[in-house]
Amino acid sequence: FIQRLLRIEVSLALKEGRISPTELCRKCLNRIKKTHHLNAYITVSEELALKQAHEAESRLSKGVSKGPLDGIPFAVKDNFCTENIKTTCASNMLKDYTPPYNATVVQKLLDQGAVLMGKTNLDEFAMGSGSTDSAFGPVRNPWSYEAAYREKSGADPDADWVIAGGSSGGSAAAVASLTSFFSLGSDTGGSTRNPGALCGVVALKPTYGLVSRHGLIPLVNSMDVPGIITRSVHDAATVLGVLQGHDVKDSTTVTDHPTPLTGLPDDFDPRNIRVGIPKEYHGPGLSQETLAQWSRVADMFEQAGFQVEQVSLPHTQHSIVCYHVLCHAEVASNMARFDGLEYGHRSDVSSSTEAMYAATRHGGFNDVVRGRILSGNYFLLKQNYEHYFVKAQQVRRLINEDFRRVFGSGVDVLLTPTTLSDAMRHTDFVQEDNRTRSAQEDIFTQPANMAGLPAVSVPTALSSRGLPIGLQLIGPAFQDRSLLTVAQWIEQKVGFAPIRYHGDAGEGEIRVDVLPSTPTVWEKNYLIPC
Amino acid sequence: MSVVNYTRTLQKVILNIGPRCYHRWVTTASVALRIRDSKQNFRCRLWCGLLTPVHYQYSTEGNTSKVPSVATWEPVLENQLPPAKQVPADLVDKLERLALVDFPNQEGLVCLKKAIRFADQLHVVDTEGVDPMDSVLENRALYLREDAVAEGDCADRLLQLSKDTVEEYFVAPPGNIPLPGREEC
Repeated sequence: FIQRLLRIEVSLALKEGRISPTELCRKCLNRIKKTHHLNAYITVSEELALKQAHEAESRLSKGVSKGPLDGIPFAVKDNFCTENIKTTCASNMLKDYTPPYNATVVQKLLDQGAVLMGKTNLDEFAMGSGSTDSAFGPVRNPWSYEAAYREKSGADPDADWVIAGGSSGGSAAAVASLTSFFSLGSDTGGSTRNPGALCGVVALKPTYGLVSRHGLIPLVNSMDVPGIITRSVHDAATVLGVLQGHDVKDSTTVTDHPTPLTGLPDDFDPRNIRVGIPKEYHGPGLSQETLAQWSRVADMFEQAGFQVEQVSLPHTQHSIVCYHVLCHAEVASNMARFDGLEYGHRSDVSSSTEAMYAATRHGGFNDVVRGRILSGNYFLLKQNYEHYFVKAQQVRRLINEDFRRVFGSGVDVLLTPTTLSDAMRHTDFVQEDNRTRSAQEDIFTQPANMAGLPAVSVPTALSSRGLPIGLQLIGPAFQDRSLLTVAQWIEQKVGFAPIRYHGDAGEGEIRVDVLPSTPTVWEKNYLIPC
Repeated sequence: MSVVNYTRTLQKVILNIGPRCYHRWVTTASVALRIRDSKQNFRCRLWCGLLTPVHYQYSTEGNTSKVPSVATWEPVLENQLPPAKQVPADLVDKLERLALVDFPNQEGLVCLKKAIRFADQLHVVDTEGVDPMDSVLENRALYLREDAVAEGDCADRLLQLSKDTVEEYFVAPPGNIPLPGREEC
């Protein structure tokens, strides 16, 4: 079915006229309506999407395509500003806020002709690791409704649905449930890779400084990066090629970035690539199945001739605590802009400015955000500044040094798990508070944010409960292309099957013939040739 | 059927059952075959040899994988941490005046104490002589653009975003009035 295709195949189909952008857009919009129960979208921009699709259609009929993304539906996490479309950050504070400008990354995609489906759900202000703390309700993982989950765990999807991961849960669910071909998330401590792994899609966090953050409502300025969620590594590389680049409106983007990706090399010699397995990434709580997948892929690398070695990043264990302090401190600073005066929710209290601010912020933020602001202010008090904040900054440098040392010794890429296990049931997840869950779920993903390194999560297999497990690759700074090359190799070898679309009979689906059937990946690689 | 074809069919069947079953089956089979080794003919030995490398690819027990099989973190004990900080009532008031989130109740306090205790784990790390790190781009010069007006003139659009404006002003309640303290609430 059309929506199961990868972006590259659809792009080809659009160019060749086998399907029109308007048709594609309509199908995606129908799919959004059908998957409404997942709560992946906060705002669906139906009229705008159809208008953009019509424009793409007229361009394609004249033969003037804007690029590889022309006419392709995409979704954007709701903390990116989009002109004239409500941007809420899943919070009461910005419930009725309509930005007067587009975020740079959104503008770049629209300039390429991509079609914006809507704004996706997230944890409030991107604080969380389950997409459960939104003012608009939690996001459900599309895999909860798949046959694999129902059969293998005997669960009832409506009562035992699993979380989508966070905080870009809506974006990952949108791509996994086939309502858009790629989506933007934001990654501060793993917020793109975590839901990517739990929803079985490819999630890339580019190097810090490669992609502009202008228009991304900030959480932690020194760690935030716009993330890219797609169904294949090739798509992720294409989108990154469009988005990367210096932006005068974001002074943390670098001017000497590598040339934009135009594709990934298919042929490379595995014997030239050194893969590191950091031993500290076997943290407490890692499930046996994730460990098995990690071992499986490590062995796969070794069989194929890659040089696999165990390495050590000694400060990994303390990385989560360091992240906790720095995150809270920067959050306390960044959330200070929400006072109700210039934009956003404003309370009716008018006895004094301070009282109005306090009441506005009490009404606008949920407990998670307020708790973080409070503890962030504690860590920034003069009496605590050296003791907590500066100490955390010192530990950050040690973590950075660990990575620098490992990559400096010639290791090209690190292979680690992305999450502790497959997706948890929502009823189990909410037993612990947000802070505890973030401290558990983010342990493998946030060190890459601390050091500003590129990282990608690739789905490898389904667990015994029928839910996806993903593995993470971390690369040296600005080596996103090499990282994605190795990720593509894994993707081809593991042969992960994405969600099957339970078609809507009688809708007149357009059959598009894709590639001729080739032997399956494991047949090619694991059977002894005659 | 030749040994290789037979093995290929066998692999297809077994790999479809799943790695765990496969592992158990092959272990049993290879043990059984080894017991009969002294009477083995060439065909059985070849079969064993062919199956073992495939077995190696899928099993995770007893292989030479570089992935550590047990967790490697060292637990941080309570006595390694500095003594738990007290958060007196006036500090909570001060925090509330700084944070302005209206969270001075018991729940907020519990949350704060947990966060502080978690952050105390930082102190088991030795950071003697280490410079604090502000940004991962610290080795680069900050890009500064020309000091020329590039955009603007959008006062109307920005004023529309606010709930209370008068002409070109945002309206704020009277300032310089401190928040009421906890006793006065």
